[in-house]
Amino acid sequence: MQYALLFYSPPHTRIPESEREATLGKMLEQMAAWNEELRRAGVFRTGLRLAPVDAATSLRAQGSDVLVTDGPFAETKEILGGLVVLECADLDEALAWARKCPLTRAGTVEVRPEWGAARA
Amino acid sequence: MRAEAGLVLASLIASLGDFDLAEDALQDAIAAALERWPRDGVPERPAGWLTVAARRRAVDRLRHRAVQADKADALRAKEELRRAELGEADETVPDERLRLLFTCCHPALAPEARVALTLRTLGGLSTEAVARAFLLPVPTLAKRLERAKAKIRDARIPYRVPPESEWTERLASVLAVLYLIFNEGYSATDAEPAARRSLCEEAIRLARVLAGLLPHEGEVHALLALMSLHDARRDARVGADGALVPLDEQDRRRWHRDELVAGLAALRAAAACPGRGAYQVQAAIAAAHVVEAETPWPTLASLYAELEALAPSPVVRVNRAVAEGRARGPAAGLALLAALERDDGARRLAGYAPYHAARADLLRRAGRSAEAAAAYREALALSRGEPERRHLAEQLARLPSGESG
Repeated sequence: MQYALLFYSPPHTRIPESEREATLGKMLEQMAAWNEELRRAGVFRTGLRLAPVDAATSLRAQGSDVLVTDGPFAETKEILGGLVVLECADLDEALAWARKCPLTRAGTVEVRPEWGAARA
Repeated sequence: MRAEAGLVLASLIASLGDFDLAEDALQDAIAAALERWPRDGVPERPAGWLTVAARRRAVDRLRHRAVQADKADALRAKEELRRAELGEADETVPDERLRLLFTCCHPALAPEARVALTLRTLGGLSTEAVARAFLLPVPTLAKRLERAKAKIRDARIPYRVPPESEWTERLASVLAVLYLIFNEGYSATDAEPAARRSLCEEAIRLARVLAGLLPHEGEVHALLALMSLHDARRDARVGADGALVPLDEQDRRRWHRDELVAGLAALRAAAACPGRGAYQVQAAIAAAHVVEAETPWPTLASLYAELEALAPSPVVRVNRAVAEGRARGPAAGLALLAALERDDGARRLAGYAPYHAARADLLRRAGRSAEAAAAYREALALSRGEPERRHLAEQLARLPSGESG
């Protein structure tokens, strides 16, 4: 069963500028190591690091039209910065991987199962 | 049949991997049993009979589901059906309640959902009874149970005893839920005594299994000790008229010696483990009440102070105030309650019956009868249990009258 791990964290701009580069560099390094571990374990399916919300464009229905606007779906304190999709036997396995993710110490990692286990 | 039903349900959930399917199938099996057993006699192994009947019904339901499933779901439906058919005629009922307990108490479920699910699934309480115990509207609780079961299924929360690395967190949740089950059995007043009895027995039984699995976890032994020591006094704590009998007035000959001995042994096992947690302090409090002929109030007051440092709550403070009131006089107890009002806000305490009852008792012993009477009335208005109400009414009636206020 596939689980999406969604990474939410405060925007980079919250980190003091003097520390930003070092902090982000260290995080990227740790994330790369974690990614490598996921691949070696054979659970990694796909993943994506997202550009800041400044680059986001949202579309939503307005009457019969579709309205295109600049910006993310919602302004929130923590923003979606990326995701990975893992193949795991159950939630405990997905949670164990999420617990190892360095981003759990910098923000929130939301674990969402794929649709489909649900039955009518 | 109730005891069998819990065992069978746990085993069905574990083998079918689906709460709703297991519950529906068991309901079908129970309906069949109610029809067949009076006619044909109770089978030699009721649990085995129910399991086989329920598995057959589950297979029927899955078959129906597989036919109706669209392409995407058909494969999984068939897979489940195959798994269910494999065990269909197996009469053995493995005890899966511990596994189920860890699932029901999984941290991915909201704390209130864990309690409700465990009570509903392992305790065998009706949704109505659980709702009453937690002062919730029935639809709210039903929705909470539905959501929890859906999450177990959709997020695939596994049915298993967690690995050592997760044990501390998972265990704390299980212990909290077990103690709540016990308390529901020990203090609920609207359920029939036999049903409540089985809740206490089930909580103690599960704690004993846990203690066997985790011999080095002091808090498991401590919880077992705590519940056993309470349970040993069950017959002495309610008088012939149904009123609650305070601990120091209980007839000690009506205490169950076997359980007291088992409780004290469990407390020793807890003390031999490293660390001293909140359950151990609570068990020490329960033990202090029973081992000496005279209640050692100063010891109790310091144990409650220790407990409050470990796990602060208004409940603990109220008990500490009662103990202090006995150890150093009612003024000391009232001072602790006054501090609680300041910290916690009188408004939150206003609806808490034991607070008013404790205050009433302290005021009565301080000779402040008019204030005591008012506090007794508040406690009476908030108490739901009949024995408690009778006890409070008696105390109120005994107050010297004619005081101003």
